[in-house]
Amino acid sequence: MTFPDALSRRDAIVLAALSAAATAIGPRLAHADAAAVEAEIKKLYADKKLGSGRVKIDVPQIAENGLVVPINVEVESPMTEQDFVKAVHVYADGNPLPGVVSFAFTPACGKAAASSRMRLAQTQNIIAVAEMSDGSLFTSKVEVKVTIGGCGG
Amino acid sequence: MSNKPVPRVRVPANAKKDELIEIKTLISHEMESGQRRDSAGKVIPRRIINTFTAEFDGKTVFEATWHPAISANPYQSFFYKAVKSGEFTFKWKDDDGSVYESKAKIQVA
Repeated sequence: MTFPDALSRRDAIVLAALSAAATAIGPRLAHADAAAVEAEIKKLYADKKLGSGRVKIDVPQIAENGLVVPINVEVESPMTEQDFVKAVHVYADGNPLPGVVSFAFTPACGKAAASSRMRLAQTQNIIAVAEMSDGSLFTSKVEVKVTIGGCGG
Repeated sequence: MSNKPVPRVRVPANAKKDELIEIKTLISHEMESGQRRDSAGKVIPRRIINTFTAEFDGKTVFEATWHPAISANPYQSFFYKAVKSGEFTFKWKDDDGSVYESKAKIQVA
């Protein structure tokens, strides 16, 4: 088998390798994106305005193991019967599915903060949306760099 | 799942009135995401614990809805303002319909 020049031969090899890789890991490449996260938020709150601030997402800047990434979300609130945080929804824009966790708080909590551990498939943004008892919404976003993805296995 | 999930909960036994306490919980569970494939290329069906609920004397105080992105052996912590003595009931709801339960008492002085 001959090739007209070296370049096209290399191209052919690269193409073959790429298509092989695509068939092998194709299904795993289906990831959510920022639009999918927005769609999830719209499902809950339609086009309501999202304010910034008040929501603090605490995650490691760099996660060595994407299978277990700690996340703590805290929302500024007096947590009284009149003024409390009703819910916090956490999303990841680079996972196969955008949803991570939703917390439902009550004034009995005294503090609107909760921690979980999540799986992250790759480096991506974590988005949190907090719903206050008066219906107002606040959001915050933070990036986590993932060294080894926690997707599939 | 080979073993029955075992919940572990840390609640302080005593608290002062109006003290803010942190409650930490952990349960053993594989949290099969439904995204993985077995060696034959077949999708392994999703099986996770989808809801965690904390009740105090029968009233829900905190709830978490978990998606497949939650790690295996899920950890959950949250806060509670100790107002009176009573008992917490923690419930984990599995996709297969099972509910795992754990209880803890607190004495408020």
